Parts: sequence; structure tokens; C-alpha cells
Amino acid sequence: MEKSIKKYFPIFALPTLIAFTIGFIIPFVLGVYLSFCNFTTINDAKFIGIDNYTKIFTDETFVHALWYTALFTVVSVITINVIAFAIAMLLTKGIKGTNIFRTVFFMPNLIGGIVLGYIWQLILNGVLLYFERTLTFSATYGFWGLIVLMNWQQIGYMMIIYIAGIQNVPGELIEAAKIDGATSGQILRKVTIPMVMPSITICSFLTLTNSFKLFDQNLALTAGAPSNKSQMLALNIYDTFYGRVGWEGVGQAKAVVFFIMVAIIAVIQLGATRQKEVQQ
Amino acid sequence: MKKKLVSVLLCASMISTALVGCGSSETSTTEEAATEETVAEETTEETATEETTEEAATEETAAADGEGSVYYLNFKPEQDEQWQALAATYTEETGVPVTVITAASGTYEQTLKSEIAKTEAPTLFQVNGPVGLASWKDYCYDLKDTELYSYVKSDDFVLKDGDAVSGIAYVIETYGIIYNKTLLADYCALDGAVISDASEINNFETLKAVADDIQARKDELGVAGAFTSAGMDSSSDWRFKTHLANLPIYYEYQDKGIGSTDAIEGTYLDNYKQIWDLYITDSTCAPALLSSKTGNDAAAEFATGMAVFYQNGTWEYSNITQDGLTDDDLGMLPIYIGAEGEENQGLCTGSENYWCVNKNASEADIQATLDFLTWVVTSDTGRNSLANDMGFVTPFTTFDDGYTASNPLINAADEYIAAGKTAVSWNFSSIPSETWKDNVGNALLEYAQGTGEWSAVETAFVDGWKTEYEAANQ
Repeated sequence: MEKSIKKYFPIFALPTLIAFTIGFIIPFVLGVYLSFCNFTTINDAKFIGIDNYTKIFTDETFVHALWYTALFTVVSVITINVIAFAIAMLLTKGIKGTNIFRTVFFMPNLIGGIVLGYIWQLILNGVLLYFERTLTFSATYGFWGLIVLMNWQQIGYMMIIYIAGIQNVPGELIEAAKIDGATSGQILRKVTIPMVMPSITICSFLTLTNSFKLFDQNLALTAGAPSNKSQMLALNIYDTFYGRVGWEGVGQAKAVVFFIMVAIIAVIQLGATRQKEVQQ
Repeated sequence: MKKKLVSVLLCASMISTALVGCGSSETSTTEEAATEETVAEETTEETATEETTEEAATEETAAADGEGSVYYLNFKPEQDEQWQALAATYTEETGVPVTVITAASGTYEQTLKSEIAKTEAPTLFQVNGPVGLASWKDYCYDLKDTELYSYVKSDDFVLKDGDAVSGIAYVIETYGIIYNKTLLADYCALDGAVISDASEINNFETLKAVADDIQARKDELGVAGAFTSAGMDSSSDWRFKTHLANLPIYYEYQDKGIGSTDAIEGTYLDNYKQIWDLYITDSTCAPALLSSKTGNDAAAEFATGMAVFYQNGTWEYSNITQDGLTDDDLGMLPIYIGAEGEENQGLCTGSENYWCVNKNASEADIQATLDFLTWVVTSDTGRNSLANDMGFVTPFTTFDDGYTASNPLINAADEYIAAGKTAVSWNFSSIPSETWKDNVGNALLEYAQGTGEWSAVETAFVDGWKTEYEAANQ
């Protein structure tokens, strides 16, 4: 068996490997190289050392985008996971029409980010019109608009993962807890949550990285307006690369810094939640 | 063992066919044929790098056309249809494929940046003036010895990089405050109107008095406001951060007798504030809503008679006549900002559309592109399309015999010149960077909706100019 796996390895893995190399490894290596270069298009790069990196933090918009993104990530990770978990609890109680509810909650996830961004822009601007405001009036409106949008989009997906986790909690554990006289609050805290910890790990990982590298929703909803104050990191990088002549390399350097940040945060988060997981 | 290698190779070539196939649909048949051929070769040679497959495929395609092709990355979305039609006609007549792609409004630079790095890069692209040329000059073919250049009326209409002719303007445009003649006449007929004829508006005070009065009596006139919404969405904000900003820059340059500067003083910023205040107060919408108002909103408001004044240019003619406005309804006023001697000021006339030919394209493609351009400015079809369908005033001598564009907006510009008024030149092409415009635009918006101070506009205008100029010229 093992021998034949080895034998057929190239056939099964090679296409994916090639695609992965073309689509990921080559652009990544090229990207890191370009972050040390001065260029207009990627074909005429000149090596200039770490100049681009020193420019990053002199750019106020980047620092602002960093804080804005961090704040957004914290708020959205908490709201999405809490609400998704709550809905998952409700939809595992066996109420009538559970399947319909699950489908409906999941559906927003099937719509692409750009489309969602424009739809919500229309909806929110329509509501704000009554107060003579628009979504791009100040960064606060943009911030909460984005939170609403992301919650709407992601809760359904996370809900499905939580439902799978909750359904896997052995009934006898809960029964035993009940017999021992545990209240429903205690059951939730001492039995259910520890048992669904793997789902929590996955969901918080997904929401964390998603929020941190959010791009299309941000672009479609506010495009960073007003004055780049609702601009998140990914959009900031994009705007630096495409919007400023002579700053292409800086945009690239920002992207590398961004990658390192996302990687570090994700690893820390994974480590932290993994520790809390329990064996069944 | 050999059999497996063959299947691996097939897998690899399948993927590369798929990838190459994305490039263009027209040539896909030749590409596939080419790929199959190379697969056969590879199997015998037993080398399986998929770059060879791809290279072979592209070489085959390039060799197949032989005569070269044209790829025009168009800047003007309002003329996209006409360019497509013109390209199709040319292909029909000569067999040379012409692709016209139009970048979405406000995304030209980034589209160009990613398109030009491709193997099939645009052979013909545009820059918006000296500042735009600075970033693209390494890609510009010298047009000095071309037939096209010999038709240009004067060197005022070309961009030079040293001795080389890097860009040639193909359209001269004019902007000002477009007004609805019928509505303004209606206003003049009202009791106690400030003016009795549109021609009396020849300075800022009169313009303001008229606009204020129209705004106050908007229900009587049946309009929603004097000016269309000064939308600060990216589809509309260039009207203010670039075109309107041209006037304070122009007057400062005039005072100093210069054409560009490394540090602007902002001596006319108070005038800039005056006109901006007028635009946002006597408007169809509340200032707090400006951030989401688009260019289409403003055009629609004007076209449906909801507003009397609309700052824009000759290129908007086809857009604003779609909803029933006729030629007799349209007039254009200079943008008065309250500068001294502005009674003699005309409309703002200039160009920010320069054709550049990509020097890195293959020789056949460059030749095909030059031939196409020559055809556009000399053939009857091309001249008819440019002058009549697109409504362009061009700087080429070939258009003098009967191909002069005419629409009421262009005629208005001619009338001002005939009346001896001085046309305002387009000094915004000396603005140091796009970032400068963005920052001024952001500050204008924040001031308008009350979340920022006017001093932020001043800072962005004056200090921003200096820092951006230094950043761009270091």
C-alpha cells in the first residue's frame, strides 16, 4: 500500500504542486524580492535595499489602518463567534423548521464580498439618509457598517461549524451533569464549551484571519472614505501600490510586513485555543 | 515507467493549456494546436517543464498574426462604444486586430500598471500630462518621425521628454459651469430677478447673487437647487479636487508668470473657498450627503432639469442630452472665483489626454499601432468618428476640412474666444501627484460636511504640494 502511494505520488500531487508553485510560491518569492526594489511595473525592478521598509512607518495612513484593523478584528471576532454560537445552540434544540433556518442563515455566505459590500452600502445609506448622514460621513459609520456586514456574512458559516461541534457532544455527558444537579448555565460552561473547543479553535482562527485580511468588503462598502480613515490594512497596501506613483515598492514591503503579522497572530491564536481543547 | 511519465506530462500540459487559454479567446484554436504539438515533442524528449509549453504556444501565436496587432487602453469611459465601433471597422477594412479596453472611471493608472506588465501589453496607452509622463516615460516610443506627429498643429499639443516626442494630445477639451438656458431664462422672467439675461453673469458676485436667489426661490422655478450636487464619490470628486482647483493655481501662476512650481503659495485659496461654499450651499442636496453622491447623480440632476448649474466639460454633452435636453437648452459659463479682472476670463481649455505608444511592444505591433493612429486621423471613417460621434476637438491639421466637432458646449467655448476672452489653461497637469489631489479632495469633503476645518484644505493644498513635489522629484 505504502509503496503504491509512493509510486503514484507524482500523478496525484504534481498538478496541485505545480498550481501551488505558480499560484503561490513564485508570487511570494517574487513579492519578497520586489519589496527591496524600486519599480513601476514588476518587469523593471531595481534593487534598492531596505529603503521601502523604512518608509512604511513614516506613512501615517498605514499606522492608522493598523489600529483600525486591529480594533475591527477584535470586535468582529467576538460578535461573530458569540452570535454564531448562540444561534447554533438554538438550532440544535430541535425546534420546528431547524433545517430551513440553517439554510437561510448560511445563505449570505454564498454571495461574494464585493456584491455584499455594494448591497449593504445601498441599504445602510438608505437608512442613514433619514438622519442626513452617509456611510462615508465618518469612519465610525464605516466601522459599524462593516461589522454589520461581516456578521451577516460570516455568522451562518461559523454556525454550521458550531452545530457540528455541538452535535458531537455525547448525550450521556450532559445527562450525567443533569443528574448531578448542574444548572443549564453550568452545563454550558463546564460541559458544552470545553467539548466544542476544537470548533471554537477553527472558528476563531477563520474569523480572525478573515477580519485581519479583509479587502473586498472594505473596498466595496467605503473604499476607505473619508480621508482613508475607514481603510483597513489590505486596502491600504493596495492603495499604496496602485494609488501612489513611486510607492509600489513600499506597498510591496507593507505586504510582507502584513504577511508576517497575520502569520504571527494566527500561530499565537492557534496555540492559545489548542491548549484549551480537551480529549473526549 | 514510460507510460506514467507520459501521463504526468499530459497532466502538466493540460494545466498549461488551461492557463494559456485564459489569455485570449480569439487565438485559442492556434494555441491549442501549438500546445498539442509541443506535448508530442516533449514526450519524445522526456522533458517536462511547463514553461516551454507556454513559450512555444505564445511564439506560435505571435508568428501566426505576422502583421502585428493593436491594443488600446482607453482612458475615456464616455467614448468607449465609439472606440469599439471604430476598432471593429478598422479590423474589417485591414484585417489587423484592434482591441480596445476601457479602464473604469478613476482606475486608469492601476489598470495600466498591471496591463503593461503582461506579455500582451497595451501598445497604445494614455498619460494625462507632464506629471503622468514622468512615471511612464520609460515606456514611451519616440513619435517624432511618425506621420501622426506631422499632422499636429503645434508643439503645444505634444509632450516632450528632452527632444523625443513622447505623447500627442488627441482631444482638446473645455470645461466651465454648464447651465440650463431655458431654466435660467425662466428665472430671468421672474419678478425681482437679479439679472435679466444670462450674459450679465460675468463675475463671482453676480453668479453668487443669481445662485442664491435661485436657491431661495427653487420651488417657484421647480428646481431642487441652483447647482447639481457636488458629489465627492470618486466618480465625481475630480471635478473639484482637480478641475476646480485649477483656477486658484491658474491665477497664482498668472501673477507670477510661471507654468509650474515646486511650492505653491495658495494666494487664491480664499477664492477657492468662496466657490466651494457656493457649490455646497446652493445645491440640490445637504452637504452631509456629499460623500456618497456620484457623477451620475449630478449628471442626472442636470439632465432632468432639477438644477440650473453644473460644473463639467464638453465631454459630458452626450450624457446630459439623453433625457430630453436639447442643444438650445445648453450653455456654458466660465468658473468665476472672484479674482481680479475675471470679467475677461474665458472657459478652461486644454488637454489631459495624450496618446503614447508602448516602446516595449514588438516592432510589428508598434507599426500596426502607428498605422492605426494615422488611419484614425486621416481616413473619413476615423475623422467622422472622432469629430462627430465622439465630439472631439482635435489638434490635427487633417480635421480642418470639414471635420470640426460641434455641439453647443464646444460652440460656447469658441464664442468666448471670439469675444476676446482669455481661455484658462489646464494647469492642473502640473499638480505634483494623485495623492495631492486625493488629500485636497478629502479635506474639501470633510470641510463640506462639517467634520473638518477649511485650514485642512489649506494644509493639503500648500504643504501637500511641497511634500508631494519633493517625493515625486527626489
